[in-house]
Amino acid sequence: MKSSSPDICIQEEGRLYPPCDSLVESVLALKGTSVLYRFVYAMDTDLSSQDRKDLDKFIKFFALKTVQVIVQARLGEKICTRSSSSPTGSDWFNLAIKDIPEVTHEAKKALAGQLPAVGRSMCVEISLKTSEGDSMELEIWCLEMNEKCDKEIKVSYTVYNRLSLLLKSLLAITRVTPAYRLSRKQGREYVILYRIYFGEVQLNGLGEGFQTVRVGTVGTPVGTITLSCAYRINLAFMSTRQFERTPPIMGIVIDHFVDRPYPSSSPMHPCNYRTTGEDAGVTYPSVEDSQEVCTTSFSTSPPSQLMVPGKEGGVPLAPSQPAHGTQADHERMATCTPSDGAHYIVTPSSSEDTETVSNSSEGRASPRGILEAVLVRKVGALVNNSVDQVTMTNLDIPFAMFAPKNFELEDNDPMVNPPDSPDTESPLQGSLHSDGSSGGGGGGSSGNTHDDFVMVDFKPAFSKDDILPMDLGTFYREFQNPPQLSSLSIDIGAQSMAEDLDSLPEKLAVHEKNVKEFDAFVETLQ
Amino acid sequence: MVESSGSSLQVSGWFRPKRASQPPARLVGAARGRGMNCRAEVLEVSVEGRQVEEALLAVLHTVLLHRSTGKFHYKKEGTYSIGTVGTQDIDCDFIDFTYVRVSSEELDRALRKVVGEFKDALRNSGGDGLGQMSLEFYQKKKSRWPFSDECIPWEVWTVKVHVVALATEQERQICREKVGEKLCEKVINIVEVMNRHEYLPKMPTQSEVDNVFDTGLRDVQPYLYKISFQITDALGTSVTTTMRRLIKDTLAL
Repeated sequence: MKSSSPDICIQEEGRLYPPCDSLVESVLALKGTSVLYRFVYAMDTDLSSQDRKDLDKFIKFFALKTVQVIVQARLGEKICTRSSSSPTGSDWFNLAIKDIPEVTHEAKKALAGQLPAVGRSMCVEISLKTSEGDSMELEIWCLEMNEKCDKEIKVSYTVYNRLSLLLKSLLAITRVTPAYRLSRKQGREYVILYRIYFGEVQLNGLGEGFQTVRVGTVGTPVGTITLSCAYRINLAFMSTRQFERTPPIMGIVIDHFVDRPYPSSSPMHPCNYRTTGEDAGVTYPSVEDSQEVCTTSFSTSPPSQLMVPGKEGGVPLAPSQPAHGTQADHERMATCTPSDGAHYIVTPSSSEDTETVSNSSEGRASPRGILEAVLVRKVGALVNNSVDQVTMTNLDIPFAMFAPKNFELEDNDPMVNPPDSPDTESPLQGSLHSDGSSGGGGGGSSGNTHDDFVMVDFKPAFSKDDILPMDLGTFYREFQNPPQLSSLSIDIGAQSMAEDLDSLPEKLAVHEKNVKEFDAFVETLQ
Repeated sequence: MVESSGSSLQVSGWFRPKRASQPPARLVGAARGRGMNCRAEVLEVSVEGRQVEEALLAVLHTVLLHRSTGKFHYKKEGTYSIGTVGTQDIDCDFIDFTYVRVSSEELDRALRKVVGEFKDALRNSGGDGLGQMSLEFYQKKKSRWPFSDECIPWEVWTVKVHVVALATEQERQICREKVGEKLCEKVINIVEVMNRHEYLPKMPTQSEVDNVFDTGLRDVQPYLYKISFQITDALGTSVTTTMRRLIKDTLAL
């Protein structure tokens, strides 16, 4: 079909017949004036309108099914669907992929009626969130479109089958990335969350050295669809073997920022879902609209006539699988749907020590557009600190540390909460306590009274003026820990710890030989 | 040990298959005679004895997942509709690995049977524990009487298996994880090959469908395939050639 000539489509009883001269004539002869003519101009070169519509439909449902496959693969349970030899008209791409209504709803919301196009990719972000509130991005699945078109390809047949093959590849690949094994073990200590967004792909949260696996590509007349996954490999302490609830020890810290540039538009969701009873009455519309049935008829003879089954497709699926592994004994994850439509996860703390970063937003949107970032302060080696100190920083607003906070955090940072007056008690005394219980010490600066901040310049009584005028914070930080052992501070290249350890047996042997001398020496002391 | 033997994917692309991993000469002759190239892919795995079956099933099922469609239902006017393929996650017991296969008990039974035979042959051969299994997709071409139908392969997947024996429990634990990781790589390689969208037989008309697809299963319809295996020694030549064919349609010899 060239674009110069209009496509004549005959619409009769809801069916569209592709243009064909002899057909037009014969129908005319039969029906006379009851035939409705529709002149449709082809939108793209060489792509008939019917093909274009079909292609858009395929891409849309492919995107929705992609999201379903990815999220279901991270639910933490085995997926099993049945083959059916007779087509039902509702199984897109001839694959039995269940539709979780909540997931479809989120995907449709993210897409907002658009389709993936150049520069507008659909991304599914999978991240892990521990019960302490730390989170880490694990994977980003991207459905992208580029400009490389394949004009020759047949939409209704080849593209459809290749999309089906691509979904099968996606099913296989989702079980193979590292996050799969993590997601199978989720439950008490951590959960897996997903987030769908549309637009530019953001890979910053994956850490260094992330790897990419390409699931596949399908060329279409309007561009090439690419499906790929970028996944984190620097899992640090997150190896499935070693993951335990131990407090941070020297050298192993969680030092991740979770940057969410669009906090209000694309919140995180748990990769699990509840039975409708627990869903607090939130119901979602059934997946398939009445018009959107998948094509299940194919023709072996070109040009393929597409016969759209007349009946409605789509089966509203209520999540029938019970929540799996998410109901820990002492913690409950509940989703609440505030009026602005954002979903947040509320994790009530089980103990006073556990601090969560989750925003209990009953109706509140994300805090005034402040970027949500989680920073865990590095804990000094000998500090007896069982509590993760968490502060919120905003990367945009200056003096963000002083911005009012909405969380019930015990904030011990003297930079943020300077004691009101240095005379009442020894401020150093108050601020040296680093466990959570004395957070209120030093002038009662808890997390709640942050309305006005005044930078108070300290001169503690015993600090000397002739040395650099040290303020309290600097002094605290410098002398918080004993100085490094000299043996540890020499050049690493010169003598590593390993070598030290290796030479220990020899040293011990030497000492053992001289044991008599040592004994004699000891006796002289007594 | 497991790691050093390594597993590598040799992607052969479009070339004439090597002698050592050849399916029986009859089939190759047909391919050569027609001048049609057969796509051949080789995968290697090093596993412990008890992991052989699961590793092979994982690879075979992953390939067949991509090479199976729903059942065709032909209607008049030359159109057909396709049934739905369901999928299942299968956890391996001896490997830290999960794979996806089509939900078809019949297909799974057929594969398990041949893999079991392979494992027994490996064990009984007493050799170095080397063997290979080939999954071949072919098309049938009807010939006029008195000549029999030809089988023209268009894709052959060969899995070379090397069985290692491990001494301690710790080694076995490491092997579980290592083999799991290797199988992950294999799946990615398989998907890569599938994504090339190279030659696939044309969708057949109703009369031709049995020349392209295996229509004997109840719920899915894979392309016509054959599985065969050989136990080899270290040089790759066949010590005991044991051929098993899984041909659903009768093939007159």
